[in-house]
Parts: sequence; structure tokens; C-alpha cells
Amino acid sequence: MSNAVNTGVPNPSDYTEDDGPQVMAWDSGARRMITVYLPLACFLLILLFPFYWMTITSFKPNGELLDYKNNNPFWITSPTLDNIRKLLFETSYPRWLVTTMGVSFGATIISLFSSVLAAYAIQRLRFRGSKWVGLGIYLAYLVPPSILFIPLASVVFNFGLFDSPWALVLTYPTFLVPFCTWLLIGYFKSIPYELEECALIDGASRLQILRRITLPLAVPGLISAGIFAFTLSWNEFIYALAFISSSEKKTVPVAILTELVQGDVYQWGSLMAGALLGSLPVAVFYSFFVEYYVSSLTGAVKE
Amino acid sequence: MSGDVDASTWVATRRKPSALERLFDNKAFLIFICLLPAMGLLLVFLTYPLGLGIWMSFTDTKLGKPGIWVGLENFQYLMEDRVFLNAVWWTIFYTAAATALKFALGLWLALLLNQNVPLKSLLRAIILLPWITPTVLSAIAFWWIYDPQFSIISYVLKDRLHLIDSNIDFLGTPWNARWSLIFANVWRGIPFVAISLLAGLQTISPSLYEAAMLDGASSWQRFRRVTVPLLMPILAVVLTFSVLFTFADFQLVYAITRGGPINSTHLMATLAFQRGIPGGSLGEGAAIAVSMIPFLIIATLFSYFAIGQRKWQQGGDE
Repeated sequence: MSNAVNTGVPNPSDYTEDDGPQVMAWDSGARRMITVYLPLACFLLILLFPFYWMTITSFKPNGELLDYKNNNPFWITSPTLDNIRKLLFETSYPRWLVTTMGVSFGATIISLFSSVLAAYAIQRLRFRGSKWVGLGIYLAYLVPPSILFIPLASVVFNFGLFDSPWALVLTYPTFLVPFCTWLLIGYFKSIPYELEECALIDGASRLQILRRITLPLAVPGLISAGIFAFTLSWNEFIYALAFISSSEKKTVPVAILTELVQGDVYQWGSLMAGALLGSLPVAVFYSFFVEYYVSSLTGAVKE
Repeated sequence: MSGDVDASTWVATRRKPSALERLFDNKAFLIFICLLPAMGLLLVFLTYPLGLGIWMSFTDTKLGKPGIWVGLENFQYLMEDRVFLNAVWWTIFYTAAATALKFALGLWLALLLNQNVPLKSLLRAIILLPWITPTVLSAIAFWWIYDPQFSIISYVLKDRLHLIDSNIDFLGTPWNARWSLIFANVWRGIPFVAISLLAGLQTISPSLYEAAMLDGASSWQRFRRVTVPLLMPILAVVLTFSVLFTFADFQLVYAITRGGPINSTHLMATLAFQRGIPGGSLGEGAAIAVSMIPFLIIATLFSYFAIGQRKWQQGGDE
């Protein structure tokens, strides 16, 4: 985990290709162009093209959208906000956005709260069997939602939560808590235990130590866990599809697929605008915290 | 400060902790309280449903009607169901093909990014985009790209490059639809694999490469004998997660084909949904979901032994 945190610092391996190959006269400029930059450009083109296509489609007027003969499909001659206006004012899209936002925040807060306590207990209170509890939580992460949603649907129904956003707020932690707990265990591990011992000697209680010493030091970990929890809940699909039936309570991914796709003539412009707007919050959120995101992603894998 | 307080007159000013505070300093109680929220959530919404799902797979539960025990009837029925058998076969094929491509291309991309390219952190941020956008929303973009009439790929191949005579029917025939789905899955999976492996590549000490070069190793030999073995541990973990989540994939297929044409692209997860929720046969749906468990266990054991192997390689300090 520790080497994942300081990803901004130049890594020794960065110098390998710079020094070695030049000394060996192995890597001429042209060769580097063909073996490195050309494939890299192809990767970028393919990875980004769907986003470009999504964006350009959502600003195209309908006439241009389906007429490749007289227009260049890769460009827009007369961009329009019509698709977005239609989406925002003629459908319940704003409602869906608000619901998704609420569900994601609720699930993230519940998951962070329970993960912090669980990770602290497992990593710092060290008790007999704490390893097994940790293993159990890890195994819980390996249970995919797609084998759980049918029995969960009946559990949710019996609790009277069917078709309520609370069903999602309470079921999302099943995949968020294991992930966040593992991330936080890694962070707690990197905080020196001596700090806590000092506080114990000074007469602080365990809860004071958690609140005043461990948590402030684990803030980067909390941010990463929060971002992950938020994006994962925003992206969740199968529970939201199975547990919510009324149109206005749906989350964005489900609503776009089930409410905007009607009949045989697809409104591609509005569909793409909906997909674009639905991805935007996650993308903005992600761009603010990209370093945390990358470091925790790679750190979690290395654990 | 002033010397008028000596040890005999000094009185402890610290107040006595209240009963509640003392309770919270009791380690056993504290452990219980700390684990309660996480364990409670996981037991009620994960362990219990998992058991309930296995029980349901042996009953004929319908939507809104409690089921009675029917033994192996669901599984016997599924064993003769061509749609189910096809789904099992296709799930395995989808997982294998998508994982192989994801790892080959992801490793390539990681190696490219490791070559001291300019703007590396910006590139890394951009490359992760496909992975962070909601799957369903990028799936809708692919659905539009795969449109039978207005597909941009068909347009480029037909009207610009004149390579083909008619539009490709991406989602109309079983094999076209299958490869289209695999492509979309690979597109989404490459970033995760590449960024994780890049992190692994950066931990390999450059001195190992220098030593290999001094010994006259070619670039292929350096890759094969230095990079691959040292990347193995992280590769094994990423591979397990990738296999697990590709096998249990639902969103992509549900969004792009919904199992069609003629049930040829139903994954086990989408078939379970189809039969269980809109179809109402919760018992049968649960049986399909439960049949995924053996495959998932095999994948997990694979990860366990791969990690075990890592400890052995590194001299096993834990």
C-alpha cells in the first residue's frame, strides 16, 4: 500500500528505458515511434471513440443524425441542445438523477461508517480470530450480486422495502463494505502503532484514539474508499433493476434503459444525452480525485 | 512552573471516567460494537440471502407464492433445457475469450505506458475513463455503434474504405452478437488490467533489467524471464477478479442484446433474471444462479493457490 500512495513521486523504473536503451543504442527515434507511440495512439483512439461518439450524437439534430449521405457523421454542422432539453423537461430525468444521487450518498455513508469501525477492530484491536473475520469479509467481496439478487428480492419484499430507495441504500453495502474494509485495513496498517500507544499512555480512551488520531491520519484512505463506494453505487444496475418498479423511483442507469427505450424507433439523440449526463457526475467526481483513485485501485490489488 | 507543588501535595486532577466510558474501554465490548454494523449488514443482506438462494433453488417458489420443497427437480429440468445449457457454454466462452483478450491487450498497454512516455499521469487518468463510466451507459453507446442501419463502423468500412458491400448486422446473428459483446467487455476491462499491471511493472527493480542486459539477454528474454515471473503475483490476483466478474456479468448483455437473438447470448446471470424476475419463477431463477457457484469457487481457489505460490516464490515470510 505504501508504494501505491506516493505515485506522484518519480519511480526508479522511470529511468530504465531512458538510460539503458540509449547506452545500448537500441532505441532509435523512429523505432520508438512505431513500437510505442503508434500502438498507444491506437489504444487511445479505440478507448475514447465511444465517448466522442456519445457526445457528438447527443448534440446532433435528428435530421443530421440519420443522414450519413449528405453530412459528415463525425462532425456536427448545426449543433443543438434539443436532445438535452427534451431529456430534462419532457422526461423525469432530473428525478432519476436526484434519486441516484441520494441512494449513492446514503449507501456510501452507511458503508464508510461500518467499514471504518470494522477495519479498526480487525487491524488495531487485534483479537483472537480477527484474521478469520478479515478473511470472511474478503470472501464476501467475491460473492457477485448476480447470484444474490433473486433471494435478496424476496428478503427486501419481506422487509416491506420493495420499490423503495431504502432497499438500494441497504443492499449496496453488501458489496461496498467488504471493499472499503479491505482498503481501510491497508491504510490503518500504514499508521504507526506507536502513536496509539502514546495516546493510551496519556490516558486517552479507545474511542478518543480512533477519533483524534487514527481517523485524521487515515483521511486519504477514507477519501479513496468514499470515491469507490460512490462510483460503485452510481454504476450499480442489477439490484436497482430488480427491486424498483415504479418509474419515478428508478436510478439513472436503469431508467435510461427501461424508460427511454420505448417502441421500435429509438431516440438515439436523447438516449446518448442521457448516457452522457449520467456519466458526467461520476467523471467529474473522478477527475477531482484521480490520484487517490488510481493509488487505491492499484493498492487494493497489491494487498 | 513554580516549585510549590511537590509530590506529597499533588492531587490527580483527572476526573474519573464514567461507567459508559469504562464500558467503551472494555476491549471485548468495543470489538463487538465495532464489528456490529458491518457484520449485521453482511449477515442480513449477504449470508442469509446466499443460504436462502440455495434453499430456493430446491423449491418451486413463484413470485408472491411461497414454495414447497421439490428436491432436484429444478436442476433436472435445467439439465434438459437447451437454453440453459447454451447459456452455460456461452458464459464459459465469453469469460475465456474476454479475459484472454483483456489480459493480452492490457499487458501490452501497461508495457507501453511503462516506457517513460510524456504526460504519463494524464494518460493514465484518461485510460481509466471506460472503466469508471457506468457500464450500462457505455453499453448504450455500444448499442448505438452496433446499430444495424446507422452503425458508424459499417459506415467507415463501407462508404469510406469500400471494404464491404453491405452493413454489418452486428447484433442480428448469434456469432456477430457474441463477438460484439466480447468486444464491448474487453473495451471496458482493458483499463483496469492495464493500470493494475502498470503498478506491478513499476515495482520491478531496474537493476534486474540491467543485470539481464549485461548478461546479453534480448528484449524478449528480458520480458519472458524478468517481467513475467515478477508480475505473476499481481497478475494472478487481477486475473481472478476479472474472471469472477466477467463470469457473473449481467449489465452489458442485458443492455445490448437482452439475451437475443433467439437466446443465443444469454449469460447465466441474464437467464436467471429473465426466468426469475419478469418470468416469476424465483425457484428456477435461483437454481440457475446457484449453478454459477461451483464455477466461482473454482476461480477463487485458483486465486488462493496463486497467492500461495507467490509466498513460496518470495521465501514465504508470512
